[in-house]
Order: sequence, then C-alpha cells, then structure tokens
Amino acid sequence: MKIVLEHLTKRYPNRDGGDDVIAVNDFTFEIPDGKLIGLLGPSGCGKSTTLNLISGLESASSGKIYFGESDVTSLPPENRGVGLVFQSYALYPHLTVLQNIMFPLENFKGKDKLSKEEMVKRATEAARLVQIEQFLTRKPSQLSGGQQQRVAIARALVKMPRVLLLDEPLSNLDARLRLQTREEIRRIQRETNITTVFVTHDQEEAMSISDMIVVMKLGIVQQIGKPQDVYDYPVNLFVAKFLGTPPINVFEGRVQNNTLYIGDDAVLDIEGVEDKNVYVGIRSEGFILDENGPFICKLTAVEVMGRDTSVVSTHKDMLVESIRSIISAENKVDTSSDTVRFSLKPFKTIIFDHDTEESIPYKVRK
Amino acid sequence: MLEKNNMKGWIYLLPAIVFLGIFMIYPLFDVFVYSFEEGYNSASQTYFGVGMYNYSYVLHDPYFIQALKNTFILVIITVPISTLIALLISVGLNSITKLKELFQTVFFLPYVTNTLAVGLVFMILFKKTAYSDGLINMLIHLFGGNSVDFIDGPYWAKMFVLCFYTIWVVLPFKILILTSALASVNQDYYKAAKVDGTSRWRIFYKITLPMISPMLFYLIITGFIGAFKAYSDAVALFGTDLNAAGMNTIVGYVYDMLYGNGGGYPSFASAAALILFAIVLTITVINLLISNRSSTN
Repeated sequence: MKIVLEHLTKRYPNRDGGDDVIAVNDFTFEIPDGKLIGLLGPSGCGKSTTLNLISGLESASSGKIYFGESDVTSLPPENRGVGLVFQSYALYPHLTVLQNIMFPLENFKGKDKLSKEEMVKRATEAARLVQIEQFLTRKPSQLSGGQQQRVAIARALVKMPRVLLLDEPLSNLDARLRLQTREEIRRIQRETNITTVFVTHDQEEAMSISDMIVVMKLGIVQQIGKPQDVYDYPVNLFVAKFLGTPPINVFEGRVQNNTLYIGDDAVLDIEGVEDKNVYVGIRSEGFILDENGPFICKLTAVEVMGRDTSVVSTHKDMLVESIRSIISAENKVDTSSDTVRFSLKPFKTIIFDHDTEESIPYKVRK
Repeated sequence: MLEKNNMKGWIYLLPAIVFLGIFMIYPLFDVFVYSFEEGYNSASQTYFGVGMYNYSYVLHDPYFIQALKNTFILVIITVPISTLIALLISVGLNSITKLKELFQTVFFLPYVTNTLAVGLVFMILFKKTAYSDGLINMLIHLFGGNSVDFIDGPYWAKMFVLCFYTIWVVLPFKILILTSALASVNQDYYKAAKVDGTSRWRIFYKITLPMISPMLFYLIITGFIGAFKAYSDAVALFGTDLNAAGMNTIVGYVYDMLYGNGGGYPSFASAAALILFAIVLTITVINLLISNRSSTN
C-alpha cells in the first residue's frame, strides 16, 4: 500500500495569541509500496506530528493523505488500518503478552468478528514473527525492553495493518540492543512487506535500515532520498550537518579564480563556481594525510580506534569545535609536529552558499 | 558500622514509638482489659469479676443491635454508591477541558465545609415543621407526592437522609483521588486503543479501570472503615439523642455508654468498641484479599 501525502500541513493555534505554530508545513511525498521510510530530524521538527497525521491521531489542517487510491484524510484512526508502535510501547501492564497482542483483534465487530481460537492463532503467529512466542503468558513488566518492543510490534501487526508506523522505536533501548533491534525491524518489515514509516532523531538508525529517508527541520521537509544519496549530496548545510558521525567539519571559505580557499590555504582547484564567500563542509573521511597537502591544520590529538585513526585538529576558519578526520590506521601521523597537512577528496568536500546555505555544485579542475 | 546505624535508626524512631506507645498501644491494651472486667467503676477503679458478661450485655442490648443494623445499612449503601458516583464525576471531569478547574473546585467544596454546618443545611432542606415543609417536601409536592418528615419521621426516611448526607460528605475526597489517578494514566494507552478501534466502553472497562484499580481499592477500604466509624454525621442531622431517634451508630453507642444520659459504663463501651474493631478488621482483611487476588490475576 503506497502512502501519498499532498501538501500536508498541521497548524496549532498559538496560546499567547501570536501566529499559529506550524508543526508540519506543506509536506508532499509519495511513499512507495512496501518500503521502509525513516522520518529524521531534531526534536521539534514535526516528524512525530507527521506520523500522528498519517495514523489519524491528529487531523490535518490542510492537505490530503491517501492510502493507495483511497483518501483517508478525514477517516478516524480506527478506520485507517494502521498499526502504531509507541515510543513508550504502551503495553497494557495488567494483561499478559498474549492478551496484549490479542487486544486489537477483540475489537473487531460484526462480520469481522473472530472466534477465540482464531484470535489466539493469529496472535501466536504474530508472536512467532517477532520471536517472542515463549513469553506469551508473561506480563510486560517481566520482559526486557527489547522484548517489550517486540510485543508492541506484534500487537501492531496482528490486525494486518495496511501501514505500520513506529515512533522512536529504538530510543528506549541500550546501544547493543538497539543495533540488534533495528536489524530485527528491517527483517520483520521485509517479511511482512508492509509499508512502514518510522520516526527517529538518530541519523545512524535512519540511514542504516531505511529504503528512503526524509530529513525535516522546523516542519519543513529538507530532503528526501536514499540514505547514501542524501549523505553524499546534501541539499543544504543543515542536512549535511545532521547526517554523519563524526559530524561534517564546516569552515568559512571563499571561491576565487576557480580555486577554493579556506583561510589562505588553496585546498581545491574547481570550476563552475563564481567568486564568492562560501561555507565549506568536509566529511571526516574526506581528508587524506599528505606531507605536501595544501590544507594545514594545528594538530591537537590523535585517537587510535583500531580499524582507523581519528585525527583531531584545529583551524582558524573552522565553525566547529574541532576538526575530526578519520584516516586509515596504516597512515602514521607525526605526533611530534604541531601541524598536520591534508589534501582533500573532492567528492567529500561540499560547498554551500554563504547566504542561502544551499549546496553549490562544482567540477574539479584537472 | 551496621550496629551503629541500627542504633541510630532506633533513636530516630524513639519519639514516635514513645508517643504511639502512650497514646495508642497502651489505651488499646487498656480497652481490651476493660472489656473483660465486669462492672468496672472508673471512679473507684474497682470491678466485680472477669468474664464475657460485657460482650453478652452489649450483644443483647436492643440499642446496640439497632446501632449495628444502622451502621451496616449505612456502609452497604454509601460505600458503593459514593465510589461509583465519584468515579463517574471524575471520568466526566477528566474528559472536559472547558471549566474543568471551576467544576473541580465546586466538587471539592464539601470537603472544606464544616460537618455540623452542612448538617444544619440538610436539616433545613429536609425537616418538616409546623411552619414549613422544607425544600425537599416542596419538591415532592410539586411532583404530586405526599410530604414526609425526613428528620423525625419514618425510619427509611431518616436513613435516606443519613445516607444521602454521608455520600455527599465523602464524595469530594474520592473525586480528588480518582481525578488525579485518571490524570496519571499514560495517554499512550488511550492512543494505542484508539488506533486499534477500541470502543469507549471497552477502553474504560479494560484499560482505565484496571489502571486506577489500586486507587479504587484504597478508596473502598478507607470508605468502609470511615462508614463503620460514622457518628458525627448522625449527630449533625438528628441531635445527640440518637437512641431516641433510632439512628444510633456503633461509635455513637460507644460514646453513649461513656458519656451519654446514664453514662459511666466504660466496660460496655470497651466491649462495643472491640466488637467494632473486629468487624472493621474482618472487612478490611477481606477487602485486601480481594484486591490482591484481582491485581495478581
């Protein structure tokens, strides 16, 4: 089931009598059938509101939502056929795992009404899908966070929803469990092939399992695309800063005579950009250790991480706390020197307009 | 170190233990002893013998039987009805947003009002005098009924007023507890239920009620205990001579045995008090057993 959002907007009246707060602003997007979509952004960017609009828990101020060909904009949540997993899981503490999973089925009325055996059968199937069938008689409080999460997913899936929505599904889990659970979510999504939308503020989480990610800021969609494309070709500085660990290194720079300068260092020969001041973003993997490299930084520390080495340095034109560059561990950094020189990978160096903060395409001059 | 901490702990507890010992444990023990001393005279501190006579006397005293009956009727009627009404009002309060604070204040007012003053108001509402029939009787007339004297009239009328009054007095506290219990239920449960298409009744029955059940049980248990100890409410409505009005309660009977008209029967009073204690204890234990069973299931 594809989901189409058309100029979706949600306003909240301002209590103090000022302008309305626009939580989601003119969101247009077609989510293809059977895909896993990550809604990504800092808190307050409208991602959770978007999820609530799709689920029907909140009604849109304007715009349309379609599931497949049918307009569901004014349908109440129970008639939309969505499964929703809450950040808090919202498992009923007084019911067992089986009763929790069966809860949505017991709401069926009229011709959809299921027999008790049928309900138990479907609940058990859902439990098997998320691999918790051995805990059916337990109470949620007797389960670990990860197991509770699975129960919540099973409860959302048991009524065979057209769309599965997950609100910050991994935020209550510890780091190891998070890694495991996100693969699990990916597996369940592949097996059931249900169109799934999940919300997260963790870019790594979104990038690792999504077919497509949507980056939002202050209610406005910044960029939609495949995780790698968004990472490689961010449309603006915000998206570039938001994706990637360690975060992108940002500098004040300028373009002059087809050369990109950071301070006095002529770091790249480029063409296709007129002379002006720019922001320069360099991914941490975009640095090449080079004795004769054009980019000269003050060396602060070298952190050995086994597989690779993280070089921490500073530069007078940097707009970040410190410059973090990841280089292969085979390269030895001369720690006795107080400077370190780099040449830059053009593909990993992104130029942004100084006023609009939008990225500027350029070519490398041979 | 542990020894020292232990010592410290006891010292911290000492003031409370001393006060409880003097003003709770010792009197309790004393009452227990009195209840077996036959014909105890507090002036001369003498008694004739030791035995079960006091209990036998009290249990055969028609006034005590009347008080016992009144108290039980009061408990059985007011506890469930007041809890149910409080629950309905709380659910209502919880689901409105406009004027919520105003209504909360209105419903809480009886709690800060003096019992005797309210009793007076109830008397004016219900009493039938030579000059006026009272507001309630006027209403009954309006609907074509015959006037009833609720304060000096038939037993059921007096019992009705007493129950009505008790329910009115205990409501605010129950509403206060239940509204806060309802407000503390995680809203995600309701959202999840809504997405799953759960009917309102089922949400209430399957989610809200179990979620607030600890508070409900607390209210039922304290409600039972409070109703068994009722006395001042009856006095406020029917005056101090409750035996004459036929509206005495167990605590009222204890009071009468100590200080009432004849007065001066501490042994009978002690026996009656211990019978009340046994009843309250039994009911509370049963309540706790039920609540524990339903919370583990």
